Amino acid sequence: MPELPFPLPTVQQVIFSMVAALTVFGALVVVLAPNLFHSALGLVAAFFGVASVYIIAEAEFIGVSQVLIYVGAISTLITFAIMLTRGMMFGATSPRNRQWGTAAIITSLTFLVLVAIVSSVPWPAVGEPISQGHEIIAGLGRAFVNEYVIPFLLLAMLLLVALAGAIVLARDYK
Amino acid sequence: MVPLTWYLILAAFVFSCGLFAALGRRNAIAVLMGIELMLNAANINLIAFWRYGAAPAQNLDGQIFALFVIAVAAAEVAVGLALVISVYRNRRTVNLDDLDLLKG
Repeated sequence: MPELPFPLPTVQQVIFSMVAALTVFGALVVVLAPNLFHSALGLVAAFFGVASVYIIAEAEFIGVSQVLIYVGAISTLITFAIMLTRGMMFGATSPRNRQWGTAAIITSLTFLVLVAIVSSVPWPAVGEPISQGHEIIAGLGRAFVNEYVIPFLLLAMLLLVALAGAIVLARDYK
Repeated sequence: MVPLTWYLILAAFVFSCGLFAALGRRNAIAVLMGIELMLNAANINLIAFWRYGAAPAQNLDGQIFALFVIAVAAAEVAVGLALVISVYRNRRTVNLDDLDLLKG
């Protein structure tokens, strides 16, 4: 058997590539689809892909939170907002605004610069192995009631104020 | 294991897509979707650097920041969509090219 010029990818790398392809596809649909509903569906695909990336990185709790909050709540909210504000948005009008050419140049330059910076740094190829995975979730819980308790309470306050503000903003005063 | 560079390049791509949606789309809801994509890209970076940092099982700051980002994103999208609905009710459009009241 001849020697391959590159090492064979591991199973984890193959799965990561598939999940990353799903995420990239979803993100492209969000950006390029002329129909807003298709954009919302692409967003759901991208959220699922990102959740799988978290699970591959052994951050299972974050992955489950991602599915619950993004796929479960935020996508539903966005779909409702699309349905409440549809009308003239599905017509002959272009989905892009006047400055989309400049925006395309800026974003591709951003991507190229980020990739150049990221690939010029010798990052570690392997992380330390995690043997006691269940300890992580217990550690998260402990951190939220010990050293991060003030930010945690502030976050609860922020969510309360934001949701009350959303109700006030969206209410119909008539 | 997956090299850290792969995570970072994926995050860079998702961030660029989100930036394009925020700058170049005409519909306000599409702009909000772009912002969500950018926040997700930041979260991918946080999780990747947590995993490849020192002592990931003890040092959980990356995961905690990711959870904070998710919660703030939820608050942000609720307020943003309420604003979009309020604007639609008053102007009958969510087309950002037509919303130029503050233009001098």
